Amino acid sequence: MRHEDPTSHSSAPSPPLLEIRGLDLDFGTPRGRVHALRNISLNVPAAQVVGIVGESGSGKSTLAYTVMGLLPQNAVVTAGNILFEGRDLLEMPSQTRRNLLGNRLSMIFQDPMTALNPVRTIEGQMIDIQHHEKISRSEKRSLAIQMLHRVGIPDPQSRMGGYPHHFSGGMRQRICIAMALLVKPALLIADEPTTALDATLEVQIIHLLKDLQKEIGCSVLFVSHHLGAVAELCDRVAVMYAGEVVEQGGVRDIFHNPAHPYTRALLECDPGRIRQKTRTLPTIRGEVPNLLGSKEGCIFQPRCPQAFGRCTQDTPIEYRIGVEQAARCHLLNEKGLVSR
Amino acid sequence: MASVETTRPETNVAIGPGLQQFRKNRLGMLGAALVTLITAIAIFAPLMIMHDPVRIMVGPRLADPSLHYLLGTDQLGRDTFSRIIMGSRIPLLVAFVSLGSSLAVGLVLGLIAGFGPRWLDNLLVLFFDTIRSFPGIIFALAMVALLGPSLASVILVIAITSMPIYARVVRTQTEALRSSEYVAAERSMGAGTTRILAVHVLPNVIGPLLILVSMDVPAVIAVEAGLSFLGMGVRPPTPDWGAILNDGFNYIDKAPWLVIAGGIPIVLATLGFTFLGEALREIFDPKLRKDL
Repeated sequence: MRHEDPTSHSSAPSPPLLEIRGLDLDFGTPRGRVHALRNISLNVPAAQVVGIVGESGSGKSTLAYTVMGLLPQNAVVTAGNILFEGRDLLEMPSQTRRNLLGNRLSMIFQDPMTALNPVRTIEGQMIDIQHHEKISRSEKRSLAIQMLHRVGIPDPQSRMGGYPHHFSGGMRQRICIAMALLVKPALLIADEPTTALDATLEVQIIHLLKDLQKEIGCSVLFVSHHLGAVAELCDRVAVMYAGEVVEQGGVRDIFHNPAHPYTRALLECDPGRIRQKTRTLPTIRGEVPNLLGSKEGCIFQPRCPQAFGRCTQDTPIEYRIGVEQAARCHLLNEKGLVSR
Repeated sequence: MASVETTRPETNVAIGPGLQQFRKNRLGMLGAALVTLITAIAIFAPLMIMHDPVRIMVGPRLADPSLHYLLGTDQLGRDTFSRIIMGSRIPLLVAFVSLGSSLAVGLVLGLIAGFGPRWLDNLLVLFFDTIRSFPGIIFALAMVALLGPSLASVILVIAITSMPIYARVVRTQTEALRSSEYVAAERSMGAGTTRILAVHVLPNVIGPLLILVSMDVPAVIAVEAGLSFLGMGVRPPTPDWGAILNDGFNYIDKAPWLVIAGGIPIVLATLGFTFLGEALREIFDPKLRKDL
């Protein structure tokens, strides 16, 4: 089931592969509705890697799960669209949507120790993954062997008969990556794929993902709180804070010329970027706001070092800086940096 | 994150080492031998009996054990040996049918409760707890009084009372698996509910469940014998261990071999299944595993 490639329409600027427009998502809880995602707009262009960064609880994973339709029953999308290859994932019948999963869309999860079924062999799981393909079992098996070989599993022919517990964490994440890319998806969603791994493995996995993304030519939505990994891998970055995308743009712009105070604070906290010796690592003072009920003004205002009068009253709109970069901050308007 | 990259690529991970471990477990082997023996006796019972087990006055009343009547005769002159042999069929039949059906029903209801909507889950759990809140033997007596004493009502009573335990185990496991990352991973690959239940939840649930069942067999044999002893089980003249015990109980001073002959098979069967169940649990219960 392959659909026509949207990038082939060479007239007009080609539409993004994934286009999230004004997405609002609430979780119903006994204490009220939690506005977990608010007015999220994000594009993932074809064959590009888009990173989503932010601290824990900022809604990064929720956004990834929303695209895949894996949210628990108490999650409600209250507004917005998620257009994938021009079709709205939220509007289409569930069967149509399921047919896209594991076919045009696939996902890598945070913890490779739990993302594989412990009682089934790697071989069985990798063959079942290809259920959309109309090829024989032995062909599926040889494709699986090739892919395992590609991600660096030695001797895949005999090892693939093993169970997940025969493999280490790094190996399992390689297997998960092999499974997700085996179906040659148009979009791969990677939800903190290196968080559960140690630092040396993290580098290997990032390089592997980067190489495979180039080979397959797919887009990747890469969720992470590791700024170094994002800088290494991504073409574009969206910075999330408390359920909002506060700033997005090209990876160079975000890292070299951050416009939003939160992005700047986040970058200052990255231990990899601190040059002097210090006993105390910098932090962002305060804590992530409670998302119960409605809020007025800028969501980052209570923690923002540059907050001023207007920040407590108006919710900032997205101001454009240059061609690609945009941020939600009133300061940009004050400074006259705005182009919209 | 220990490096286990060099572990052998073995295919039969669960069965192969498990069998070796089982062979080392002496009580388990004894249990397996007893269970095999009793099952074989039950299957080939008609070939082994020396007299018609239900015919009255094949010999004198309450005769002592002899070469002709290996375990003597009862108060109606029936051959006790033949009755014991044929009597092995009822407990095994009851255990098999009642546990089999309660396993099937418990599995389905447990899966529904664990995977279905919350209101249905609450309703089913309420139902399980209601059944379990009755004291077992009182519930059995009440049911038998209602339905009349027969093999079918014994089976029904045991099936109903043991079902909620299985259902609860399945429900708990299913609920844990439902939120596990590999089920999310499976859904991210486009799998539907049926596939997730059949391919991912069922294999993870069936192991603990079978261990539970094997541990329940001796309890069922004891309950069946107990109900028959109380005159609430199978109807005379059908041979049954509990019924033989009941008959012998009245003549314990004149013919003690009747009670002994009726009691020993119950003890052996119970022990056999208990040992076997214990051994299976030790091998397959991840919490008791030593090799991990």
